[in-house]
Amino acid sequence: MSPALLNVLEVILNGLMAGIMYSLVALGFVLIYKASGIFNYAQGVMALFAALTLVGFQTGQIPFAHVINAAFGTHLDNWGPGLPTLLAIILTMGVMVLFAYLLERFVLRHMVNQAPIILFMTTIGLAYFMEGFGDLMWGADVKTMDVGLPSGGSVWLENLTVGWAAEGSNYRGMYIDVLDLCAAGVSIVLVITLTLFSQYTKTGRALRAVADDHQAALTVGISLRTIWIIVWSIAGFVALVAGIMWGAKSGVQFSLSLIALKALPVLILGGFTSIPGAIVGGLIIGVGEKLFEYFIGGMIGGATENWFAYVLALFFLMFRPQGLFGDRIIERV
Amino acid sequence: MTELNQDGRKIGDTLLEVKNITLSFGGVKALTDISFDIKEGEIRALIGPNGAGKSSMLNVISGFYHPQQGEVWFRGQKRGSMRPYEVARQGVARTFQNIALFKGMSTLDNLMTGRITQMNTNIFWQALWKGPAEREEIAHRERVEHIIDFLGIQAIRKTPVGRLPYGLQKRVELGRALAAESKLLLLDEPMAGMNLEEKEDMCRFILDVNDEFGTTVALIEHDMGVVMDLSDRVVVLDYGRKLADGTPDEVRNDPAVIKAYLGGAHA
Amino acid sequence: MFYREAGDFKSSYSADQQTFPIRLDRQVVWGILAIAFFVVPFFINDYWEKSVLLPFLVWAMAALGLNILTGYCGQVSLGSGGFMAVGAYACYKLMVAFPWMNMFVVIILSGIITAMVGVIFGLPSLRIKGFYLAVATLASQFFLVWLFNKVPWFYNNSASGMIVAPERTLFGMPLTGAESPSWLTYLFCLTLVVVFAFIAHNLIRGRIGRSWMAIRDMDIAAEIIGVHPLKAKLSAFAISSFYIGMSGAMMFAIYLGTAEPTEAFGISKSFLVLFMIIIGGLGSILGSFLGAAFLTLMPVLLKNVMVNGLGWPADLAAHIELLLIGALIMLFLILEPHGLAQLWRVTKEKLRLWPFPH
Repeated sequence: MSPALLNVLEVILNGLMAGIMYSLVALGFVLIYKASGIFNYAQGVMALFAALTLVGFQTGQIPFAHVINAAFGTHLDNWGPGLPTLLAIILTMGVMVLFAYLLERFVLRHMVNQAPIILFMTTIGLAYFMEGFGDLMWGADVKTMDVGLPSGGSVWLENLTVGWAAEGSNYRGMYIDVLDLCAAGVSIVLVITLTLFSQYTKTGRALRAVADDHQAALTVGISLRTIWIIVWSIAGFVALVAGIMWGAKSGVQFSLSLIALKALPVLILGGFTSIPGAIVGGLIIGVGEKLFEYFIGGMIGGATENWFAYVLALFFLMFRPQGLFGDRIIERV
Repeated sequence: MTELNQDGRKIGDTLLEVKNITLSFGGVKALTDISFDIKEGEIRALIGPNGAGKSSMLNVISGFYHPQQGEVWFRGQKRGSMRPYEVARQGVARTFQNIALFKGMSTLDNLMTGRITQMNTNIFWQALWKGPAEREEIAHRERVEHIIDFLGIQAIRKTPVGRLPYGLQKRVELGRALAAESKLLLLDEPMAGMNLEEKEDMCRFILDVNDEFGTTVALIEHDMGVVMDLSDRVVVLDYGRKLADGTPDEVRNDPAVIKAYLGGAHA
Repeated sequence: MFYREAGDFKSSYSADQQTFPIRLDRQVVWGILAIAFFVVPFFINDYWEKSVLLPFLVWAMAALGLNILTGYCGQVSLGSGGFMAVGAYACYKLMVAFPWMNMFVVIILSGIITAMVGVIFGLPSLRIKGFYLAVATLASQFFLVWLFNKVPWFYNNSASGMIVAPERTLFGMPLTGAESPSWLTYLFCLTLVVVFAFIAHNLIRGRIGRSWMAIRDMDIAAEIIGVHPLKAKLSAFAISSFYIGMSGAMMFAIYLGTAEPTEAFGISKSFLVLFMIIIGGLGSILGSFLGAAFLTLMPVLLKNVMVNGLGWPADLAAHIELLLIGALIMLFLILEPHGLAQLWRVTKEKLRLWPFPH
């Protein structure tokens, strides 16, 4: 194979990896949308918050240190060397569940019959709130996420693919980050688990019932409130995984929350209510972005990844307004 | 209600004619080979059990649904592929089965919107307001006030329609359709959910509209008393097919209609 | 007692349709305008101009524009930032190409150019609705910001990629640039905002406004009744973009003096304008002003309290500001999704009856 072809292959594979990462975030959206009809813009910030909390527990930070110092003139810093990773993850999960509970109690309960755009706006407000809250709690400086995941180029893959190029070329093998491979593996496991959960467990069934029809679910005795807390907790867990993966890749910082915006085109393509759709949508967007940048980006100034996903989604919408997997919208008068 | 005197009103030529209309949604056939006509000045009723395709027929006439087969002829001209607003401009107005009022606007605004096909001032005059735009507004306002008087809804002129009770909303929707001063008025279950008194009021309005304005009316209605007393001719639909077509008496005695309404095995 | 309609009869339709039918309303509004035009210019200083009044006026203009599109016509748009950028860059190119042109004309022309761009980006609205449309508008937001970053023609090949407003005068006095007196910039923006608020009001109460609201409330029924959906939606996009473009031009030329696309016109600005009209009240001109006031004044207030008052570091104040804005947005949407304008309407209704209970 020629180096050029191998390069394209590498771009595609990297695109697939990036796509999986997008899907991780999109997954959280789909869960919440399915169960409560809310498009949760705050999913990205939840990922950021989860990551911050994890790092905070790991490194032994005192929550709200900055605020307390400013208000009372103290000089608090760390309380110690921090907690072991596994314990920190469990504690963070606990925090996310608590957050889901508080959210349901103070916000969701009151928003039951509102128009979708109002619900969306509420989650944007939530995103701002959580961002400010997270900054106050753990500080806004960039943190490194270290949960023991391997990173750096996969040496094994490089060595494997070196020989694929034609003789005499300088091809040095494909560069695919091991971290990305890890993330892909984790995402696949997550999707399978979630799909199995929703299909075969009692709670999963209840979740699907609620997604279909709130009123009907109530009449058969399903508690909407409990379901919502469960769903947001699961979304919180997904956010945590996303936060760990993305954080390990590019550091725990504000830009993580902008991923939420990238998830939107993913959902357009995959449909808002389909778990497998979120994966397919993510893959298409990931590969599409990378390929477009590779072939055409250089000619028009680069950085096309900023907008390509959205324009792609736009074209999709023009021809298939409900996305690839979504339910067909039939209008009646 | 007393027997109608048809001689008092002039029934003219064919205003609307549908020929061999077939409409399907995916695999479901909503209408199969339906043909009938509506003459100018008459009151035509469209009846049938739920799901017979009556609203779909009205939607075809409005131009919202495009039939897979068949033609619609309006005022002697075959209708090409038209968007609903073009159909409205030709002179077709309607009400809807589940009230489709503009809930964010007041009664007056809803009625004024009914006249939108006749408003033409361009945007620059509208931006300025004083001048041609205001004059046009006032001219239309006068016509709309005429309809408000006719329907007796003066007190709720400025109320946002979302706040009105059901019966009044239905009346406002009739007003919006009337405001268009159309040739053909399509009413989709105008009396649904009303008590006897409200129904009598509605019937009186429909008769007056037909009488005073000469408007041709096609209505879908379930109340047989209303249908028999109000309409000049009736079309009966069942499972998307035409069962009968004629005067109320003819239809009432038609064996196929009796079977459809009273029982007998359905294929 | 003082605030009532009783006894105030209208004997003509034109009187009934006037902007402020209740006499007290009229007097108050004329009063506010009089103070704004004739009193404030004497007391204004640089701080008030740059931190409070100009931002308020610029964002009020943008909020008016977005309210027309989203509040009155029901088309959700997250592309406001991008359109403000179009206005700003159009303004820049016009100012450079036609140094003699009057600034009022420049701003209005920038608005017109933005309107044309808005129509193009509004075409998807004919096929796509609701939430999906919001996502589609993100395409315009990100693409436009990228465009102004990457294509050198827009920023006249300057090394920094930023655009700087050249100095221009109005009636002989400097309007743009560092030398401009506060009262002049203030009056310039105020005039534009008041005139175009009035125009917006006229458009809304007439045929076009009704066609917008009909599309918003029941777009299918509207079309069946005779509303031309293409004309209605595209006119909403055009006029909304016109206002938002003017706002961007004002922001660049008068308020900031310089601009850099990602910073000044990024997605956060699109959200900001959307918050303004939601908190202020969708489908309400007063709401646009109230929302703009709320979201421009509150940060100033918070900063004063926290940084100057309590002596806290600026970054902490910024975090708390984020927290508070988020909390307030959620609170508003829970308690009064129709915004401040609705609160005001309810107050007025109670005032009409005061001191009687009902």
